Amino acid sequence: MPNNPTPLAESDPVVEADETGISTSSITGQPETRKVHAALTRSSTGHEDLRELEAGLDSLQSDAARKHRIDWSRVLLPVAALVVLVLVWQFYVSLGVKRRDLVPGPLDVLGQIGALWGEAKLQEAVWTSLQRGLVGFLISVAIATPVGLLLAQVAPLRRAFGPLISGLQVLPSVAWVPAAIIWFGLTDATVYFVVFMGAIPSIINGLISGVDQIPPQYRRVGTVLGANRFQMAVQIILPAALPGYLSGLKQGWAFSWRSLMAAEIIAVGGTIGFGLGSLLDQGRVLSDMTVVMAAILLILAVGILIELLVFAPIEKRLLRSRGLLSGSTR
Amino acid sequence: MPVVLENLGKRFGDGAPVLDDVNANIGAGEFVALLGASGCGKSTLLNIMAGLEVPTSGALEVPSDGAAFMFQDAALFPWLTARENIELALKLRGVGKADRRIKADELLELVHLGEAGDKRPHELSGGMRQRVALARALSQDRQLLLMDEPFAALDAITRDLLHDELERIWKETGRTIVFVTHNVREAVRLGQRVLLLSSRPGRVVQEWAVSEEHRTDAGLAGQLTGVITARLREEIRRHAK
Repeated sequence: MPNNPTPLAESDPVVEADETGISTSSITGQPETRKVHAALTRSSTGHEDLRELEAGLDSLQSDAARKHRIDWSRVLLPVAALVVLVLVWQFYVSLGVKRRDLVPGPLDVLGQIGALWGEAKLQEAVWTSLQRGLVGFLISVAIATPVGLLLAQVAPLRRAFGPLISGLQVLPSVAWVPAAIIWFGLTDATVYFVVFMGAIPSIINGLISGVDQIPPQYRRVGTVLGANRFQMAVQIILPAALPGYLSGLKQGWAFSWRSLMAAEIIAVGGTIGFGLGSLLDQGRVLSDMTVVMAAILLILAVGILIELLVFAPIEKRLLRSRGLLSGSTR
Repeated sequence: MPVVLENLGKRFGDGAPVLDDVNANIGAGEFVALLGASGCGKSTLLNIMAGLEVPTSGALEVPSDGAAFMFQDAALFPWLTARENIELALKLRGVGKADRRIKADELLELVHLGEAGDKRPHELSGGMRQRVALARALSQDRQLLLMDEPFAALDAITRDLLHDELERIWKETGRTIVFVTHNVREAVRLGQRVLLLSSRPGRVVQEWAVSEEHRTDAGLAGQLTGVITARLREEIRRHAK
């Protein structure tokens, strides 16, 4: 804003006058004290002047765009942590506290993984489990999203079913395995049923808590802009709740994956294919600790890879686009 | 008369009335500043005019297509860019896809933000956000524009500029504007008429006309500011017990 050097605006009525420059005394209702009141008047001299002032202010007040570089510590630190853990493991094994067949070393397990790869057993197990996990998860998302939105938006429904859904999240989905085996036998249906019972409640809960955290202002804006109930849910509530929804999805995936492993370990045989859980169970039956360890590491690795390759980039993009990432430790 | 308020009253539950016997007429194309101390029910009155709340007594006449509303915080949706925020408002109004983009760009140009259409709200300054919010409110294409202390959270430099900006846009678009504020200077700066609302319960106790001379003559404006401030303080003093 240009400074007006003239102390009296009366001298030039077009030029700005603001709080600092001029003022006129006035009667304030109490005759004994004559207070001086500053006033606001037009402060720019025309359309072009205003445009220019605003452009200047806008550039002063906006941050310059920052470049995003590859931060190698993001890659190197986790790798270093992994190396340290493997070294500690190897060190412990080399101390010879336990028998080697009970606690195999990293190299033994690596050898076993190589052997399983050679037999194509590893690929089969990973593929079977991953495929089931993803399909089960995607179907869960398709079911849980509309249900969650409905529960979050319709108060009586929420009051009626909310506690039940929260309860279902606490109930370990393994508890459904016996029931599923009785109902569906040793088929894929058993596995999927258990995955659904694990994932759906947690996605619904994530979505509901995401909706609960929406600033109330957004709904008012939606109302003022004339959104109907459906538009409000799809155009405003769902995108606004996306960060919470995404953490619900992450948890939902974790629950699907865990439930799947539990189901595969317990329900072996029949038309159920050979998954990672089945591999784990086979290791137990054969008392082959290297197979057990290999299976555990593979289950963990799939979980980490899905998080790193799928959820982390989506979440990062989502948060960054909303300006929520600055100053975080991610 | 786009807005007629007759003996309007509002109370929440069994509490004391927030608004009591509010009477006001606001003509087409008029810029009215609604002034009052905290607790005078300014925002409640605005919400009633916007149809967000219903009055408990009295009658109210507003344009049948409703009113556009601008909040104290810009309340832009953070997942949309500036342009998309405006486009969403147009979409909810039922504007076709092809026209939305053109119309949104026109509105951004109107608030001097033609370059910033692809930025997200968090990349904009407070003043820019409020201008996008203004463009969004204008995109509703309603005769009546209600503004609830829209510049209260801005720094003084930006606020001064936005006053000029709002005055210009008001003249260009011919909207009827009801502008709620607790700032006497702002009320005198912007309003053609300043309505003073008493506190607890809110009621229109006095009004002043502001002429074109007040816009440029700081002496005149200062005098009126003094008079209104004195009356406002009298109203506040009544509550000291």
